[in-house]
Amino acid sequence: MSIVTVQLGQCGNQIGHEVFSALCSDSRGTHGLCSKKENQSYQDSCKERFFCEEESAVPAARAVLVDMEPKVISQALAMAASSGHWRYSSHSHFCQKQGSGNNWANGYCVHGPRHKEAIMELVQREAERCDRLGGFLTIMSMAGGTGSGLGAFVTQCLRDAFPTSFILNHVIWPYGTGEVIVQNYNSVLTLSHLYHSSDALLVHENDVIHKICAQLLNIKQISFRDVNQVIAHQLGSVFQPAHAAGGGSGYSRNPLGDLLESLVPHPEFRMLGLRNIPQMAESSLPYSAFSWPGLLRHLRQMLIANAQMEEGIDWQVRPPEPGSSIPCTNKALHFNTSIANLLILRGKDVHSVELGSFQDPSLYTSWLNPQDAFTAWKTPRAFNKYEKSAALVSNSQFLLKPLDSIVGKAWNMFASKAYLHQYTKFGIQEEDFLDCFTTLEQVISSYTNL
Amino acid sequence: MTQSVVVQVGQCGNQVGCRFWDLALREHAAVNKKGIYDEALSSFFRNVDTRSGDTGPDIYRGKICSLKARALLIDMEEGVVNEILQGPLRDVFDSKQLITDVSGSGNNWAVGHKIYGCQYRENIVEKLRKTAEHCDCLQCFFIIHSMGGGTGSGLGTFVLNLLEEEFPEVYRFVTSVYPSGEDDVITSPYNSVLAMKELNEHADCVLPIENESLFEIVNKIHQMINSGKLGSTVKQNSLVTSSAGSAKTLPEKPFDAMNNIVANLLLNLTSSARFEGSLNMDLNEISMNLVPFPRLHYLVSSLTPLYTLADVNVPSRRLDQMFSDAFSRDHQLIRADPKHSLYLACALLVRGNVQVSDLRRNIERLKPSLHFVSWNQEGWKTGLCSVPPVGHSHSLLALANNTCVKPTFIELKDRFMKLYKKKAHLHHYLQIDGMEQSCFSEAVFPVACQ
Repeated sequence: MSIVTVQLGQCGNQIGHEVFSALCSDSRGTHGLCSKKENQSYQDSCKERFFCEEESAVPAARAVLVDMEPKVISQALAMAASSGHWRYSSHSHFCQKQGSGNNWANGYCVHGPRHKEAIMELVQREAERCDRLGGFLTIMSMAGGTGSGLGAFVTQCLRDAFPTSFILNHVIWPYGTGEVIVQNYNSVLTLSHLYHSSDALLVHENDVIHKICAQLLNIKQISFRDVNQVIAHQLGSVFQPAHAAGGGSGYSRNPLGDLLESLVPHPEFRMLGLRNIPQMAESSLPYSAFSWPGLLRHLRQMLIANAQMEEGIDWQVRPPEPGSSIPCTNKALHFNTSIANLLILRGKDVHSVELGSFQDPSLYTSWLNPQDAFTAWKTPRAFNKYEKSAALVSNSQFLLKPLDSIVGKAWNMFASKAYLHQYTKFGIQEEDFLDCFTTLEQVISSYTNL
Repeated sequence: MTQSVVVQVGQCGNQVGCRFWDLALREHAAVNKKGIYDEALSSFFRNVDTRSGDTGPDIYRGKICSLKARALLIDMEEGVVNEILQGPLRDVFDSKQLITDVSGSGNNWAVGHKIYGCQYRENIVEKLRKTAEHCDCLQCFFIIHSMGGGTGSGLGTFVLNLLEEEFPEVYRFVTSVYPSGEDDVITSPYNSVLAMKELNEHADCVLPIENESLFEIVNKIHQMINSGKLGSTVKQNSLVTSSAGSAKTLPEKPFDAMNNIVANLLLNLTSSARFEGSLNMDLNEISMNLVPFPRLHYLVSSLTPLYTLADVNVPSRRLDQMFSDAFSRDHQLIRADPKHSLYLACALLVRGNVQVSDLRRNIERLKPSLHFVSWNQEGWKTGLCSVPPVGHSHSLLALANNTCVKPTFIELKDRFMKLYKKKAHLHHYLQIDGMEQSCFSEAVFPVACQ
């Protein structure tokens, strides 16, 4: 089944391009460490999922590129074409001349309705090219105007036009110390609207990825390209073909569906965080060796202690003892309760891995059976030059603190009515803001009370 | 890609404007090696086929035939405009873009605004419409004028009014040169205050500039060059005050160095809209992020570096120095010290070979020493453009919405009151139809309330 990707705004388009690059280069790589037949099946599955074979030999990505100004899209198209191994099809982009000016209201109320038909037509066309449509992946940032505002509108349109398809929104959270001054307003508006129309939100925070680049990858001068490549690597490790749980010899035919089924049991809880291990500079790869027990132990502690990467984990945090009578002390130890976890393992000896530690009921909330709360996908084919790699997609309290902080700052600004005239100019009134705050406060309190 | 139109009014406005066009051509010549009319050029220039005379059709692609500036030159006396038309830039201006008269405004705002305004209204509107029609997507009008004289301040603000009426959706950025305390025009306080009232209500963003600051910067550079420190030869064309490499070959006139600074300011402001970068910052984003309340739209600007040494190796320390300098008192274009006042918002537009990590590091470093308003603690807007200005490998433009403009305005008001209390020179103004004493009292109040 195929996934159609919608890239929105500057961030979405820059990341989308890196994602397709990473998928393509991994698929063509010779480091699969598995049998030739297995490798062939992997490549075919990847191609069907993300690319469309056309008459010319170079496959075209199943993607729609949307932006309100032309510079980024033309860059993305040019870079893809010059790679020689894949490209964007020539008629699947939509751009205008003048951007959204970091104004959510402009993206949602003005550009959305104005360009709805053109954009939806492109999506329709891309969807028809798939033999079987597996769902939509949208890539956007929350801080700007197009990705956030127009993105929220397009997600709603997708939901209306394809009521039975899966929609996964990949959202980028901006740096805490400001990329855009009104980013907190834009974030609050985006998240509350997405919560109504999308199936799940998969989140990457710029601060976290920046730290990974600085500390794990040792990059001295980190550019946005580096950040985007790390994000692309993490997304690739989730979306490349994998054997679904429950056996069966083929690769999963319904990636988005399986993912959502294992991770989103209740519609109130839709925020997914992603952790990937190991992450290191390419030059150091040949000199390291990993063992599955080691990797999994780190990953489990990362989950419990809400660590963002494999350095600096707080090993003091422990899950509560079963039957303990005082659950509130856990909050003091910052223990991260999960609703559901999905572990995706790729590489050598993957079938011998012992996963009992993740099925420990004390990691999860009480209202789900631990067997249902934890799923594992094991694939013998290695990913992107890592002999063994593990990715954890988690529906847990990972994002609680950042979300709380964003809402707090936005409320602070709202209380002094700063910048509101810019939004009311385009049709978002104060009541709309208040509704959004209410929605998000509800989400925050649900996650806090796990 | 969007287009912008420059309206230069009065002697000061036209002299600065002339420098702006000169430096713009220089910048595009440095970037555009193949002589093809591209989107970046189209933001300020039209490509006209002049074989059939001045009224040839516009050419949208292909080689550059003849570039015409998207500008309107207005002056009520002919001297300055005539000089421009006889100079090396005569081919850049279309004869239909000029509006001149013979006798000037006599340093009287009322003459400029009321008399010439009414007289030339139709003419101005028609020429503006013509210029707008040549634009595919007009985003912004840049008005350059001075506040102390008669034409620039009176007729300039009249044009501002007109623009709001005729083109309400197009942004209006005004670069105003404020008179200094020892200005030789005695009625400059009257003219400035009357003009300020108009700016308050009709401009989207105002960039105030004071001649004294420009003068100090020019002096600093002279000292630097003439001090002859060992090993510190300065690259001539990198001076923010130089016209080296541009069309001008005549000996430099006294105000040229200062006007070059303002021209560079405008070029840097629009660079991210014209050239590509990893984090674009368009003009509408500047207005969106830096104007929290409609009337507080005065932005203090500073440009660094002022010069580049001829050293090839530029260590990272120089980069950090550039950021520190942007917040120092010496580099601001008005006489104010933003560090000791309250910041409402701040924008950093970086050009050249600077990455996200450098930006983040410097923001973290400088944040503790700056005071931000309580509801906007992380009020930073950042933009990264990959194309550096001529002669530099990187540069920074800082725009701040800061309360340090208050002393400047209070001083202006004091000078105004001194004259007004004695009713000095008032009869010149009251002679004009439609000017009444009440205009003066109305004008003072907004200034006082900032």
